[in-house]
Order: sequence, then C-alpha cells, then structure tokens
Amino acid sequence: MSAFSSNSSGQRFHHRDTLSKAVGAERYSTDFTPPGCLWAGVKRAGVPHARIIAVHSEEARAVQGVTSVLTRADVPGTNRQGIVHKDQPVLAGSVVRHAGDPVALVVAESREALAEALACIRLECEPLPGIFDPELALKPDAPLVHPDWETGNLLARGLVDKGDAQQAMQACEVVVEGEFETPMQEHVSLEPPNGAARMTAKGVLEMIVSTQAPFRDRFEIAHALGLNPMSIRIRAPYLGGAFGGKDGATVQCLLALAALKSGGRWVRMDWGREETFLAGYKRHAARMRIRLGATRDGVLQALESTMYFDSGPYAHLGVEIMALGLEHSGGAYRIPHTRMEGFCVYTNNPVGGAFRGFGVVQAIFAIERIMDVLAARLHMDPGELRLKNALRPGEQNCAGVAMQSPSGACECLETVMAHPAWADRMAWKAKAPPFKRRGVGIAASCNAMGYGRGLPDAAAAKLELTREGNFKIFNSVADMGQGNAPAFVQLAATALKQEASRFELVQPDTRLCLPAGSSSASRTTYTFGNALLRACEAMREKLIARAALFLLVDEPNRLCLKPGEVADEATGRSVPLSMLGAMLQRDDRICVDQFVMPVVENPPDTGKEFKLGFPHVFFSHGACLCAVEVDELTGQVELKECVTAVECGRVLNPRGVEQQVQGAAAQGAGLALMEKFSTQGGRILSGDLSTYLIPTALDLPDLECATVDGDEPSGPLGLKGMGEVGIHGPAPAVAQALGDAVGLTVRSVPVEPEDVLRALRGEKS
Amino acid sequence: MSKTITLTFTLNGRQVRLETRPGTRVLDLLRGEMGLTAAKEGCGSGECGACAILVDGTAKLSCLMLAAQLEGREIVTAEGLGTVEHPHPIQASLAENGAVQCGYCTPGMTIAAAELLAHTPCPDRGEVREAISGNLCRCTGYVKIVDAVMAVSRTTGEKNS
Ligand code: FES
Ligand code: FES
Repeated sequence: MSAFSSNSSGQRFHHRDTLSKAVGAERYSTDFTPPGCLWAGVKRAGVPHARIIAVHSEEARAVQGVTSVLTRADVPGTNRQGIVHKDQPVLAGSVVRHAGDPVALVVAESREALAEALACIRLECEPLPGIFDPELALKPDAPLVHPDWETGNLLARGLVDKGDAQQAMQACEVVVEGEFETPMQEHVSLEPPNGAARMTAKGVLEMIVSTQAPFRDRFEIAHALGLNPMSIRIRAPYLGGAFGGKDGATVQCLLALAALKSGGRWVRMDWGREETFLAGYKRHAARMRIRLGATRDGVLQALESTMYFDSGPYAHLGVEIMALGLEHSGGAYRIPHTRMEGFCVYTNNPVGGAFRGFGVVQAIFAIERIMDVLAARLHMDPGELRLKNALRPGEQNCAGVAMQSPSGACECLETVMAHPAWADRMAWKAKAPPFKRRGVGIAASCNAMGYGRGLPDAAAAKLELTREGNFKIFNSVADMGQGNAPAFVQLAATALKQEASRFELVQPDTRLCLPAGSSSASRTTYTFGNALLRACEAMREKLIARAALFLLVDEPNRLCLKPGEVADEATGRSVPLSMLGAMLQRDDRICVDQFVMPVVENPPDTGKEFKLGFPHVFFSHGACLCAVEVDELTGQVELKECVTAVECGRVLNPRGVEQQVQGAAAQGAGLALMEKFSTQGGRILSGDLSTYLIPTALDLPDLECATVDGDEPSGPLGLKGMGEVGIHGPAPAVAQALGDAVGLTVRSVPVEPEDVLRALRGEKS
Repeated sequence: MSKTITLTFTLNGRQVRLETRPGTRVLDLLRGEMGLTAAKEGCGSGECGACAILVDGTAKLSCLMLAAQLEGREIVTAEGLGTVEHPHPIQASLAENGAVQCGYCTPGMTIAAAELLAHTPCPDRGEVREAISGNLCRCTGYVKIVDAVMAVSRTTGEKNS
C-alpha cells in the first residue's frame, strides 16, 4: 500500500505544480527575457576536423546592433570545459575537432542582428583528415584528434573482471558469440538548451539556465573562464526535459563569457533545434563483441565482452559512462566468471555524453541479444533461460558486487511472463491478419543508482518554517520533468504530518539552496529525499521543543505534530504553527541536514582505472515484453504491446513510477525502431526533427507498467531511484520479437523496414 | 525591413491593435511583445507542436505563421483556455491524470486537444492519438495524455447527453 495514495493533500500539490505547467503559467528559463536584453549566439565550425587559420569577423562587427564578436583570444581563463576531464574548448582557437565546435560568439541587440552577423562570419581553415569509427581510431596510423594526448585516440581503457573467464569459457559445453551495435541517440528534450545571464553591479555573474547541475556549473564555468566560483549564482527553474542532455555545460560557459563582455546587461542564448543536434551531447554509439558460455542446460558460466564507445572529440562523461557499461555487461544475471574490457575513443563525430541509461543501454542490448542466441542454440524458452540465471539477493553481479536485498530481477521477469501477452502469445501470433506476421520478445535489465564509488553522492537540504507557519523547502536538485519536486513535498508532508498545500518549493538557486549533486543517475529522490527527511526530523524535534516552552510541558516527547499545530494530547491543548512561526527568529526557523549515499564496503579488486563511478551498491531491476506486428509487403514494424515491470524499492507514488516507466519505454521504443542519428564523415545527416524521428502518439501502443514491490532499507521511506531502468527493455525485446516474427537476427538498432524485408526474402542479415 | 503594419485581431477574447513588422513570426510576437509565453519553441520548423495556438478555432503552428496573417483573426493561446484558478477542463485533466511531466509540450497539447474536443466531443483513443500526433512529447510516452483527453471527453459526453 502506498504511503501517499491515501494522502489526498499530496495529490492536490501535485495538481498545483502540474496545473501551472498545463495552463502555460510556469516560467522555464526559456521564458525569462528581461526587457532590453541582448541576444547571444554561436558560429559553429561546420567541418569535422581542421586547423583554424583565421576567423573573419569584420563584416559581423559592422552589422548594426552587434555589440561584440568574441573569439578564442577574448576568453579569459583556461578556455577548457568538461565535467571530469577538461578537454573541451569554450571557443575553438587553433583546431576544429567536430562540426559543432564553436568558433565565434556574437552578442547583439536583437535576434535579427544576431542572425545576420552570424551568417557573415567566415572560418578560414585547412581541413585535416578525420576519424569517425572508434575501432579504426585505435589503429596506429589513424589521424589524431588530440595529438598531444599520450595514448593517441584512446581516451581510456577499462577492465572489469571476476574469476577466470578465459579458462571457464574453455570448459563450457556451449559457447555463443556475437557483435552488436547501438547508435548515437539524441535526447530531444522539447526545450532546447538556453539561459540568460548578466554581471551585477557587485560583480556577481547571475545566471538562469536550463541545467541539471546548477551547483556543479559554477565550478565548470569558473574553471573555463578564470572566475571565482563563489561569484557565480545559478538558478535552475523547471526544465523542459533534459534526459542527460543538460548534464554538463551547454550554453553555460558561452553565456557567461557573453555576460562578462556586456557591461551588466542581461544576455539571452537559445540554441535552436538544429544547433542542439549539431552541438549537443549524444548517447555514445557503441560496438560490442560478446561471448557467453553456459552448461548444456543453460546455466551461465562465463562472459567475455569488449565494448568500444565513440566519445567524439571530447571526454565529457565518456569514461564514467564506459565504467557503467562494463559494470552492466552481464545484465541482471549471475555469471561466475567474467572479463569485460572497454575502450573509450576520441573521434571527430559529435560529442558523446550522458543520456538516460548512461552506458547501460548499450550493455543491456548486447547481453540480451546474446542471451537470445544462447536460448536459440539450446532450444530453450528465452524467458525461462533468463529466469534460470537471474540474480537473486545476495548473489554477485558480473562486477563481483553482491546484490543487496531487495533485488527483483526474478519477480520482474515472472510478472511479464505471467502477462497474457506472453502467456498467450502462440494464440495471438496465430491470429495475425493477412500479410502480417507477429512476434513477441522479452528482456531483463538492471540499472545502478547514484554516482557509485569515488565521488560522494551527497545532498544537503534546507527547510524553513515561515512566519505564517508554512514550510519552504529549498530544493537543491533540478526537476527536469521526472517529478522529484512534487515527490519532495510529499516526503516532507508525510514526515511532518502536514497538508501538502502548506509547502512551498524553492527551485534550485545556488545562493539560497544548499549544495547537492546533479539531477542524474536516478539519484535525486533517493539522495536529496534522504537529506530532506533528516531535515524534517530536525524540524519536528525543534517544533516540539519550542511548543513545549509555550505549553509549559517538561516532556516534549509527549507532544505531536498535527496539521497546522503541535498538540498535547494529554491536555488537549495545542500551539498553531503560525504562532511558532511568528515567535521564532529566522535562524531558529531553519533546519538543515545532509545525506551521503553509501558505497560498496569491500569493493572488488577490479575496475581500478575508474576513479569515479565504480562500482555501485544499489540497483533497480526491470523486465520488458514487446509484441510486434510486421507488414510483409512494406516491412513496417508496428509495436502492438509494450509491458514493463520494474522493481525500484517501495512504490510510494505509483503514478510517478508509471510516468517514468512509460517515458523511458517510449525512448527505448524510439531507439528500437526509428531513432536513426546518421552521420557521414562527421557531418550529421539527420540534423532536425524532420529527419531524426522520435515516436509520436501514433507510433506507440498504450505502454503498460507493472511494479514489483521492494523495500530498500536505506532509501527515503524505502524507495530507490527508477528514472532510467525502464529504457533498456524495448530495444532487445523488439529485436527478439522480430526474430520470432520473421527470423530476423537484429545486431543493431534501429531496425528498418529494409532489414525486415531482407529477412522475409530469406536473406541472411 | 523597418516597414511596419498595424494589425487588429482578437487575442484570448480581447481586441488587440498593434504595430509590428509583417514578417515577425507569430510565436515571437506572442512570446516577446505580448508577453504570452505558454506557446513554446521546440523546433521552429513545424515539427513539434509546442508552439500551437488556435486560429479561428483551428490549431496552427505559430512558428510557421507571420504576423500579417493575424489580421482580423481570433487567436487563442493556452493562457486563453484557462488559468490556474479557472483551468479549462482539458488543462485540469492533463494535470490530474499525470499527463504533465516536464510540461513543455503541454500547452501545445492542450490546444490540439481543445480543437479535437470542439469538433469531436466523444473521440475514441485512436482519434485522440491522431489528433495529438503533431505534438511531440518526449517525457510521457503519450499514454496518460490520451487518458486525460478521454477523461474530459467522457465528462463532456455526459454533460451533452
Ligand atoms: S516550434 Fe512550432 S512546431 Fe515546433
Ligand atoms: S511533458 Fe515533457 S515533453 Fe511532454
């Protein structure tokens, strides 16, 4: 039973929050256009690899209304941005490393003047040979993306292993192998990256940005531009989506630079959709070779896998993403002997970055596909094979970390296998209409939660009792649409036994709120939620102690919180919160506490290359079923049913879980069937929403979600994070379903009608 | 470039008269000079539906319209459908049914849904999907949006019957 479903006031708050969005009253950072503000924009290279000879900007400077045209020479500080590895220039000065590299920044009085000026900037450069495939980039004669990087185009190599995979593999009765690929994927958050900034008279750089990491942004900007991070104030209103695409600097450093040169005036920067495609971060394309060994009756024994991640020209979070990829190479299965090797490689393709599923999407696709190969070889039911090998509480995952309870891999599988779409699939397939064929597929997944070892996954929460006796929560982690903001109100309202309407939520503001990590890694509700619950406990104790003074009660513990008051049930007397609020000094009305996520206590002796983010202690689990119908004449694939089961600790707000699962499954379905981010020689061929298609309402069925109840003792009221686990299922489940329907062996996604037609003609893929 | 025209039209029920350049995009006119930010820019090229408004009762993409096209028309933006205090039934239903996540697509969705319900008070799920298929949403997977529109259609249907 949900702690919240009975809390009708919680629902009301949720309503208030979403209603302001629905009526268009909510102000996103894109809606913040101060009167008289300037407009900033960027000239992008347009060529994937070149030596810069000159950036000709005289004509642009002459455009009426242009206030400045800035190039590399105007950038103070290191000019280097990046979250962990700082290798990305704010403005490129000597070399262009991908087509989206910025070479000049223009600030103008109007958008028209800005557009005109950008159009007349000319980049004079000498093209250099580029490299566009991560494996070819590792060859000794490959053109170098960063000639001074010690290991050539190899950004990082990682190895995670356990037992002796090589020997165990030799002893296996059955060994299957395969090579699989997943493409770059574009986030397409509906609100493109944007923000506004100015220098105040006191020398503070003030910014309102659509960002997932306001607290970290300060350091990234400060490092790049040689500023004092504490002289930067960042505010993050509700985001119009992000999914990882706003984790790390998009507009931040450029906008800050523009503000530095604009004499105290506000400056706005809005990336257009095409610019976002060109310059924004993408899910890393990955190539994976995988071998899986088992006994004749299907018990997994050994895994060897090699993953190549295309980082593009900059590291961004590539190494950390690879760490997660390797950590999930064995999926949700128990495999005694493993060896997972990864290469994160520089190329001249678009920049790889964080995207929901952070390296795990790639890994799960490969392991699930090879499980299908194994099931076929053993003539086993793919569901049964998965169930037989699914990790149970206490067992070690492929990286050698024991699963803490709960660990719902089996329950998720059992749930989808009990669904009529799986249980009755034979009958459903037999009823396919003329010229149609049907198939059903199943997949299991897991997704780590939080940053993992090496970087404290921390949050501090501040809670204030207002003079009126209401509460202000100073939220430190941005809400990009995943609903953590209303979840925080629900947590606090439950903990303090108050109506949710008494709570006001201050959105992240580095001046008012306390530091917390980014809105990412399915961590926000868990980490900040725990900090907030502690602050609530401090508040409860304080309210009781202060009320005891008024009520002349010498045993404060007999007092209790009730809606709007602190009550003494023994005497029937009470103190209204409004009275406490009016009597207490501000210092005394504020409670602060923090939480740091636990890490694996005895980490396995592997993955030493990964200083950040390996290994993880908590995982959410999932299973997914997809039913497809194929048109024999056109090769079109229709997703008829998609059922996802998740285990994410205790379910406090079933609707919130459904929302995340449905949204994630839709992105997974897009990856499976339509999202083809194509590049050729570093140039993007699908550079806008007319050529890069994401699912519309007509491309998806009614995505179903089922939850398996767990209870994570360390989580706030028992919950774990679950923003990501739902994305993994559709790609491998659709792949298996297409094998089932037309015998297609899917090695890469998205699957296109041509692939299906080839399979129907009996050609080997 | 600097030539301006005077336009007269109805905006959210009020008569408006203003001077602007004929080539200004309606989306910019609304969001800039008029201060109405409910219509959002998601693509600027007619693909996402976030900028939808009602023009004489028909959903149009304001990123593809020029100011001169407003002359004499009746324009309704999401702000004109309702407010937090007095939401339009479709706005209330989207909020109540979990159909709003980041909310960036939502004002545009309300416009598409309002147009549908004006013509087809009791649509089936397929018709709802069809009607909102020009509005991209990256957060919800659409299920709850369709649920929300169906919930309104039922209420409207009951009222009508
Ligand atoms: S902004 Fe008009 S359709 Fe996307
Ligand atoms: S709710 Fe975010 S795009 Fe629809």
